[in-house]
Order: sequence, then structure tokens, then C-alpha cells
Amino acid sequence: MRIELDINGEKRTVEADPRTTLLDCLRDNLGLKGAHAGCEHGVCGACTVLCDGVAVRSCLMFAPQAEGSAITTIEGLTPGPGELSVIQDAFCETHGMQCGYCTPAMIVAAHALLANNPQPTRDEIVEAISGNLCRCTGYAQIVEAISLAAERMRGVNRPREQR
Amino acid sequence: MSAAHHRYVSTDRRVREDRRFVVGKGHFVADIDLPNTKHVALVTCPHAAAHIKAIDKCAALAMPGVHYVLDGAELAGATLPLMTGLDTPNVPRRPLAFETARYSGEWVAAVVADTRALAEDAAEALEIDYEPLPYVLDAEKALERDSPLVHQAHGSNVLLDKTFAWGPVEKDFAAAPRKLKLRVKWGRSSTVPIETFGVVAAWDPWREMLDVYASIQMPRFADQIGIALKVPTTSVRVHYDVDVGGSYGVKRGIKHAILAGYLTRRLGFPVRLIEDRLENMRGGDAHGPERLFDVEVAFDDAGIVKSMKMRALENLGAYAGRSPFQLGKPIGAIVGPYKINSVEYRAIAVVTNKTTQDAVRGFGQAPTNLALERCIDEVANTLGLDPLEVRRRNFIRKDEFPYLIPSGTTYDSGDYHVVVDKVTAQNRYEELKKERDRLRSEGKLAGIGIAACLEPSGGNATFEALLNPAITTSTFMDSCRINVDGMGAITATMHTTSSGQGHETLVGTVIGEVLEVDPDTVRVTRPDSLNSLPSGTPVGSRMAIMLGGAAYHAAQKLKDKLTAIAAHDLGIPLAQAVYDRGTVSDRNLPQSKRSWADLVQIAYRNFHRMPAGMEPGLAVEHIYQVPTGGNLPTPDGRVHMYPCFSFEFHLLLVSIDPDLGQPEIVRYRLGHDCGTQINPKIVRGMTMGGIAHGIGAALYEEFAYSDEGQLVAQTFMDYLLPSSHEVPPVEIVDHETPSPHTVLGQKGTGESGYLGAPAAIANAINDAIRPLGISVNTLPIKIAKLGDLIASALEKVVR
Repeated sequence: MRIELDINGEKRTVEADPRTTLLDCLRDNLGLKGAHAGCEHGVCGACTVLCDGVAVRSCLMFAPQAEGSAITTIEGLTPGPGELSVIQDAFCETHGMQCGYCTPAMIVAAHALLANNPQPTRDEIVEAISGNLCRCTGYAQIVEAISLAAERMRGVNRPREQR
Repeated sequence: MSAAHHRYVSTDRRVREDRRFVVGKGHFVADIDLPNTKHVALVTCPHAAAHIKAIDKCAALAMPGVHYVLDGAELAGATLPLMTGLDTPNVPRRPLAFETARYSGEWVAAVVADTRALAEDAAEALEIDYEPLPYVLDAEKALERDSPLVHQAHGSNVLLDKTFAWGPVEKDFAAAPRKLKLRVKWGRSSTVPIETFGVVAAWDPWREMLDVYASIQMPRFADQIGIALKVPTTSVRVHYDVDVGGSYGVKRGIKHAILAGYLTRRLGFPVRLIEDRLENMRGGDAHGPERLFDVEVAFDDAGIVKSMKMRALENLGAYAGRSPFQLGKPIGAIVGPYKINSVEYRAIAVVTNKTTQDAVRGFGQAPTNLALERCIDEVANTLGLDPLEVRRRNFIRKDEFPYLIPSGTTYDSGDYHVVVDKVTAQNRYEELKKERDRLRSEGKLAGIGIAACLEPSGGNATFEALLNPAITTSTFMDSCRINVDGMGAITATMHTTSSGQGHETLVGTVIGEVLEVDPDTVRVTRPDSLNSLPSGTPVGSRMAIMLGGAAYHAAQKLKDKLTAIAAHDLGIPLAQAVYDRGTVSDRNLPQSKRSWADLVQIAYRNFHRMPAGMEPGLAVEHIYQVPTGGNLPTPDGRVHMYPCFSFEFHLLLVSIDPDLGQPEIVRYRLGHDCGTQINPKIVRGMTMGGIAHGIGAALYEEFAYSDEGQLVAQTFMDYLLPSSHEVPPVEIVDHETPSPHTVLGQKGTGESGYLGAPAAIANAINDAIRPLGISVNTLPIKIAKLGDLIASALEKVVR
């Protein structure tokens, strides 16, 4: 079937089986490889994307169900070639990853949190990423990355004395 | 930390690999799209054991988009069984079951179709006629005379049964006033990376080349593919520039690669096999050790442990991969950080009708540490002594290194007392006891957990020869090649895949340190297997030591060459030339010098200015043998194993709500000494990740089976990985005792945290429930099990 999608602010049309998951559609039909398959049953969160700003599991959603919603992937959160967003840079600063497999989804989840909560507590960060499993890090440097990103984002475009 | 002595090593630098991962531009195997690739789905056996009577492929082959159905008979006829380390020719392991399937979930057939979805559809249409067979799941039952045999032709279920006696065990036992026995069980858990295993294989019949892209962490991967497929290893090209989405030991993938390699050769198009989670959990390289210990220790009234007898019974599952050797690696640190004078060790490995296990972080060391550390706690408990004090009394002292343990390994260095002192400084241990007692007064069950253990690192895997004398491997190496190009830019190579360990950063940092150049200017690449130098791959907590060592020596060679070229061109003796940040000058006349650009100019374009006999260009390589390696076991069963021994000391407080049985980790402090830390961010991440993994093994994770032999934990709904909620903040206290055997004093850290966390948590829970007169020595200590145990104990108290 023909599926019309809004991906990272662009209209994209794909031909795919109705049973194609959004994850497979993003990866196989649209070449957006940043969302990863981990469990394909909605637990690990490695496939997380934003659907109208809300973090969702793209493995639990059929591509046709995404019609009419704005889908944002990690590729859409990256400012430009060779550039990093504040959150991405903070993950590099704290080394909030190792193998990098859960990382794009973790950053998408962090983005969803910080879009609504500019000053999250540790518990709020822990809660926000609790649907994203990471097997490498034990989460400590991920929590620190999100906290650092929040701090830096609060400081953006403000005089130093008000930060 | 010794950052003061270094320019880049031990400083707080970013990890270069991270940039590609944060934008979703890793290069994972599932991201590889070769033109015309077809997809594989697997058909698995639903029985614990069954004879495969017939496979009817007609319906499946008639479905749209389906190209082929491969069964075990065809594959077994065309390929050789997988290599194993033991001489057990009647226990062949193959990618697909041949005639008999030996565990529920074993791969029986592979369907190839245009898409993965079509392959899965067709897999369901395959009709297989099974005749169920008797089966055995329990390792002790598998030892019994009347047990069903997993492999009839082998004649028993025992693949390995070896007893070692190191030192005067019976004499020490006879002389000791006290003895204690303990049975400890490590449950079947594993590392379970978020990325399943995947492989893409493409055969080019004109070039006679099999290209393999795989999510591997596997020594001799190309060799094993070539042997099994009966093609020369020069026709197997493994691409190492594939990012691996976590491994921690398990991503062996050899059966997957043989299967995909056979299919692409048979069918003529690229074939891709990416496990789904079910395939991974049931029949991939997913499972780890399941080990039963019977330990007896002999000690005196002061708590000094004189001798130990340990029997370890390993439930391998249906076939032997590398898994029996996981009973061998712990021999190199069998006494932990303690001065135990003599040890008897019996290692038994049996096959059962469970999924085959593979290598897991620590290669069997964490279960052994659990058994030993539970014993030390019970020694203290028996004597009414403080468990921390008992450990202090038994620790090897700093001035006793190098320290030879009874089984033949010499520990390099350590300062265990000081690490403990740092962790407990400012009265922290006493404060922790007060906090425990306060929780108890509030109606909670609370306990302090301690574990002290070692991380053997460096990968001198001579336990192979100890368990199988037919193996004479005494070389474990890694390599690095450095080329300075005609423009003066530096490229270094490494020759294996990585699964998050930051090896590119390691190589860049070490070369930058030696050459005194910014590490970020050193490009690090991964040639394919045909263009590679030897690498033992990232196993055995070895890469900081081995790849770091190779990079260091290669850089030294380059530095020596640059210095020699400059001395010759300046007309001064070599000893008079001084290398400083890429420029070589005359010690006696500092303004007389040759810059990096000058030296590149000479090496590349002015052969007439080169020293006589020296090769032009600026390419060097170093193949590094493992430090302290090169030996084989003695006839009395002793052997020196790994070169370096990192130390970790866990101290934590657990609180348990007696009504729920749910343990909560309230405080966690870790003392960690892995020598010089090349990149502190990486060391901390590895250690925290190891602790999280250890929490999982202690409390949540188990590949549980029903009595019918069905794996009941086969998704993330039932096999529970710790989320951010389950991992508490951990305060890590670093200490640095350099290893005398390594180029920068570094030791290994790839297994840190995991090696002691399960033992510490088990000790904490036992401290918490001891007042109820109960104990628990089987991992994982699941909430339901602990809750029931506490409830029945409380009932007795009330009565």
C-alpha cells in the first residue's frame, strides 16, 4: 500500500505492506538507520522515535498508523552534517554510551524529557529513560549526560549571570 | 591517577567513537544493505529432545518470495562441525540440528526469502515430523547412571571431569581446627546485548571470495568459517569495521556465519541472518554459565583460611562451545585476593537438553568469585567475626607481590588493604552498620554486603592446555601497524571488531602519548581480515594491555626510526638526538633540528639522506606477545595464566521490605584498582556497566526452564534486564597500583564490577535474613523466591 508520512518535517511517500512496522519502514524504506531493533516487543526501547513529540516505540506501531503524525527520528534531531545537538554533545562529554546501539533512542527519550522539563531531577531523568534498556553503561553516565544537557540548554541565550 | 606523568593517558578525554553513535550513524550489521540480499528466518525445535523424522518443505517453498529451505542433513553433508576445545568427536555441534534436536529452540531449518517477513511466514508453513525423546535438564541428574544421554554416541553426559590438587590440601585440612561446607548455585544467565547477533555473507564465485559482515567478538572467526565451509582462509574476508551492539563475551556467531556462508555459496546471492529476540534467546549464543559449587574451606579460630576444596559442576546445555573452558579460566585466580595455601579443584562439565552456553564476561570468574566470597562471609559468621576483618586478615599484602598462588599463576601487583581503607575511610563502614541497624529498627530486613575479588586480565589463556593437553597454544597476541603518509599524517590500524570498548580511542591515545602528538590527529582504521595482522580479539579483558601494548611498541619503533633519520641527517650520534613532540634536535646544539615535515620529506623523497640500510617510508608494525606468556602447564597441573590482576572491593547496604521480599540497594561503594587508567571515562563506564550486569545476575536474570524442557524466559518480559530504576548510584573510589608487566602500568577493566557485584549482593541479602535463621545461596535471588522464604521463616518465628 501507499503510505504518506511526515518524517523529520518532510513529506515522504513509501510503498509497503500494511503490516510493515514503523521501525522497518524507517530503516528499510526510508534509509533512516538510527532507530534500532532490539527486542521487537516493546521492552528495550532501542527503536524509540518521537510521534508528535512523544517518545514511542516504532517496533510496536505499523507504518500506516503513523500517517497524520509528525515523526521525528534521531536523524531529525541532528543539526547538520558533522554537527551535534546540545544533548548529543553532552552524551559525548560524559561518555554516556559504549556500544552505541541504544544511544540514538536514549537521546530521543532525553529530547522528549527536556522539551517539557528544562530542569529535571535525577529521579525524573531515571524515570524518563526507564523504558530504554542499556546493557553497557549501568546508566550513570547517561543520567549525567541528560543532566548536563539540561544545564547547558537552560544557559543558552541567557546572560552568564542569569544561568 | 598518574595523569601527571602523561600528556594524554589518564586524562579526561572524550571517546572518539561516540560522535558517530549519538547521531545514529554507527555501522551495525543490520545497517548493511548489499544489493540483492535475501533474508533468513529459522525454524526451531519445539521439544526438549526429538528425533527429526521428516521435513516437508513443499508448502513453504510454494510461498511467494521464498527461495530455499535448508535442513540439517544438507548442511551436515557439506560442512564440518564447529571447532570445540575438547576432544569430544562424538559431540558434534552444527548450525542446524542433524537427525536429532537436543534442546527446545535448537535450529532445525533455515528459510531464505526476499524479506525477513516472508521468510518468517514460510518458516511457519514448514511441516516437521518429530519423535520426542527422553531428556535431562539438571546437571546432577545428567551425571546419574540411568540419565537419558544427550549424545548417545558419546556414551555419557560428561564432557570434562578433572581434579587438580595444588599444595598439601589433606594436610592443611587435617591441621585446621575448623571446616565449613557450602553449596552455592549460579543461575543460568548471560550478557544479553540489546543488539541480537547478525551476519551478512556474500560469495563471489569469480573472485572466490566470501565477504562476511558480522556482529562478532570471536577469536579465529575467519579460520573457523574457512575450516567449516572447506574453503581456504584466503577466501574468507571478515570485515572488522562493523560496530557491534554489545557483546560482553557472547557474540560468537560462528554457527550463524557458517550457515549464512553456506547459503550464499549455494544460492549465489548475499544472505543476511539477523536474529530476532526469540531466535537469540532460545538458540543463539545467548546463554551463560549455570554452575553448582560444593565448597569446603579449612580455617583457624582467627578466620585464616588455610585450604579449600571446590567442586564445580557446569551445565553446558546441549553442546560444547567454548563453555567447558569457563571452568578453567578461574583457576588463574582460584584463591581470589587471599593467601589460601592449598586448593583441590574438581571441574565437571555435563551436557543437558538446554540451550548451549557461550562465553560470558569474566569467562566463568564471576560464579567462582561468588562461591569463594560466600564462603569467606560464612567463615566470619561461624566465628562471630566481622567479615571485613576476616578479609583483611586473609588478604595478600602489598609487600608480598609478585605472589605465586597454589595453581601456578603469579599475581603481578596490588594493594588490597589500602583500597579497602580508602573505601571505608572516615568511619564509613561503622556508619553503614549504624544505617543498617536503623533500618532494622524500622522493621526492615537490612544487610551489608562485601565482596573482594580479582579481575585476571591480559588473556594468556593457558587454561586451554590445562583442561585439554592436546592444546599447545602458548601465544596470545595483538598487533598494530602505523603508517605516516607522504603528507605526514598518521594512520594506525587495529585488527578486530569492537563492541563498545573504545579501542579506537585506546590506540589513538597510546600512540599520541608515545609520539607526543594530539591523539585526535591519529586516524585509526580497521582493515579486513585479509589485510590484518594477528589479533586475539577483545576477550579476556585484554585489549588495554594487548592492543595498548602493540600500539605503544609500534609507536616506539616509529619514534626510533624518526630519531635515527634525524641523527643521520644532522650528522650526530644517535644518543645525542632528542625527540620532542615530533621534532628531533641535537642535545648539544638545540637549534640544530629536523622537524616532523623534514623527516617525512627525507623518508618519502630523499632516500639519499636516509641512514644506510634503512627502508624508505615511515611504516612500522608490532606484533605483541602477551606479557609473562609463553609457558605450558607442568605435569602436576599448574600453569601461569593471565599477566595482570585488577582488584575490586564492593561494599553495599541492602534493605528488604519483609512483606514483599524486594531488595533495594540503599548504598553502594566500590573500590577499584586497574592500574593506570588510559581513559578514565571508559574505565568508569565499564565498571558501572559491570555492576549493573551483576545486579541483574544476582536478582533478576535467569534463563528458566519448565519441567518439560521449555525455555520460559525467552523475551524481555520474562528475562529481566536491569533498567535505570534498578541500578543505584555507585560511588567508585579509584586506586592505582601499576602492573610491572605492561607498557603504561595498565591492567584490564572489561569485566570489572560484574566480577564481584553478585557476590556482594548475595552476601548483603544473607546478612539481612540471617536473623531469621535462613540463608540463600542460589542466584538469581528473585523477589518472589526471597519473599516466600522470608514469609515462611517469619511464620516459624511467630509460631
